[in-house]
Amino acid sequence: MSSENDADAPDTPPFLFAPWRRQILRGRNGLIASVSSSVAIVMAVIAILFWTPGGTTFRFYFLNPHFMWLALRGDPAHAVNSVLGGIVTNIWIFLLCEVLVLVFALLIAWVRISVSPLLFPFRILATVYTDIFRGIPFILVIYMVGFGLPFLGLGFLSTQSPAVYACIALTLTYSAYVAEVYRAGLHSVPHGQILAARSLGLTQYATMRRVILPQGVRTVIPPLLNDFISLQKDTALASLLGVIETVRAAQIGTDSYFNASALTMSALLFLVMTIPMTRFTDHLIEKDREKRLAGAQ
Amino acid sequence: MSDAVLKMTSVVKRFDHHEVLRDVSLTLHRHEVVCLIGASGSGKSTLLRCANLLETINGGDIELFGQSLLDPRIDPDLVRRHMGTVFQSFNLFPHLSVLDNVALGPVRALKRPLNDVREEAMALLARIGLQDRAGEFPDRLSGGQQQRVAIVRSLAMRPSLLLLDEVTSALDPTLVGEVLDLLSDLAKSGTTMLIATHEMNFAREVAHQVVFLDQGVLVEQGSPEEIFDHPQHDATRAFLGRVR
Ligand SMILES: Nc1ncnc2c1ncn2[C@@H]1O[C@H](COP(=O)(O)OP(=O)(O)OP(=O)(O)O)[C@@H](O)[C@H]1O
Ligand SMILES: [Mg+2]
Repeated sequence: MSSENDADAPDTPPFLFAPWRRQILRGRNGLIASVSSSVAIVMAVIAILFWTPGGTTFRFYFLNPHFMWLALRGDPAHAVNSVLGGIVTNIWIFLLCEVLVLVFALLIAWVRISVSPLLFPFRILATVYTDIFRGIPFILVIYMVGFGLPFLGLGFLSTQSPAVYACIALTLTYSAYVAEVYRAGLHSVPHGQILAARSLGLTQYATMRRVILPQGVRTVIPPLLNDFISLQKDTALASLLGVIETVRAAQIGTDSYFNASALTMSALLFLVMTIPMTRFTDHLIEKDREKRLAGAQ
Repeated sequence: MSDAVLKMTSVVKRFDHHEVLRDVSLTLHRHEVVCLIGASGSGKSTLLRCANLLETINGGDIELFGQSLLDPRIDPDLVRRHMGTVFQSFNLFPHLSVLDNVALGPVRALKRPLNDVREEAMALLARIGLQDRAGEFPDRLSGGQQQRVAIVRSLAMRPSLLLLDEVTSALDPTLVGEVLDLLSDLAKSGTTMLIATHEMNFAREVAHQVVFLDQGVLVEQGSPEEIFDHPQHDATRAFLGRVR
């Protein structure tokens, strides 16, 4: 009897405070908690750069403002290319490949999910294609395209500049990946949508174009953007064919000055290029999540 | 009769070795409403899907306006443009506005001019009192509203007949009435309809003919009075006893 009463109403009020360390970690005062953790992290980075035994040498070789500036500007007197001029090459390679990949990959995905008997041989071809180009390391693809195609003597296909071969290699490899992303999206459209469209008398093509594609592509926009962030960075591999893009320019600078700050500059330029895209992708993912949460309620 | 719209003769449909429709014959005349009743799994949905060629039949024949749909020269897309189909799960297109849902078929399948179609679609939406919601996306509407839009979407194709498959089964009971009212309206204005339904009172009210299916067999067919008040077969009596 009495024990039941004890459970309902204790004699002394129970102790309900968290230990002080956890109060801080949990951020009872959010501003103080976030400012102090940020300061701690910045301090840690500075400490590593300034107080480690090799800190000074590291800063001289990788974070040297003088050589970073030279790399950015270019130094014709020492035959050093500007990394800024180089990134322009990366950007146009990226933009061209992005458009080609978007179109080509969609074509592949479309063929792969089609049911028309007429397209049977193309379905096999598309499957073989995605298997091959998802399976070979990109570095081999770019060498084979860049050094192989010129040997074939295929008219204009064999007389292009290295940058064009880099674009062909990037498009071939990335289309294989992006086609799979598209395909997942197209498959995610509920079957009832297809039944409804066909019941309206829409042709297979119109059903695809007006009903499946708009819904399927919408769901895969974030993963598509992720692939394009990778594509932006992989444009650097064009340097393997001798294209003087930003990484190649930075290597030239590094070799000429015996100082690697040009590489850091090149990395910064890549960040300027990719961060807007990564932020935008996260923003879309977040918006999509909110929409689904609102739908679930 | 010469005014037959849809005529099914001895239709057989098998899935693997399971016979889902056995020798079903059924005629739908102009301005006629036929209600299909029967237990779950009796083949009502399958019969409707065979009628609009979403399934291929294994025996018998289906005629639309006297033309066999088994003829290899037949284009299923053209056939379906004459038959509106409404599903249990409304299947509105979530990426299109309500208005564009209604307009998609006429514009993309019939290639009619967009402005005419939109005007007509607005008139159809006004008929169900949803003209103010034309610009919204379907997920903003209640289930009953969505289903009425789905019905209007198939009407926009100006079909010769409507196939309706348990169009109120996915609805909250409070929303069933508004959809059935719309169907009653359509029946009164002479729309030819083949309706699979579990709503016996509705069937009694609007049907000209009631067809009872039992495990793929068309057991009995007749006027609502004949089927509901004087069923001739034990299976019909047993079924009606269970649903009442
Ligand atoms: N695609 C299919 N593959 C195999 N069997 C099927 C398929 N579609 C339907 N069936 C079978 O056919 C039979 C009839 O199904 P159908 O959906 O036509 O019944 P129904 O009368 O519409 O039932 P309900 O009232 O539950 O909608 C069932 O036994 C079902 O399992
Ligand atoms: Mg059914």
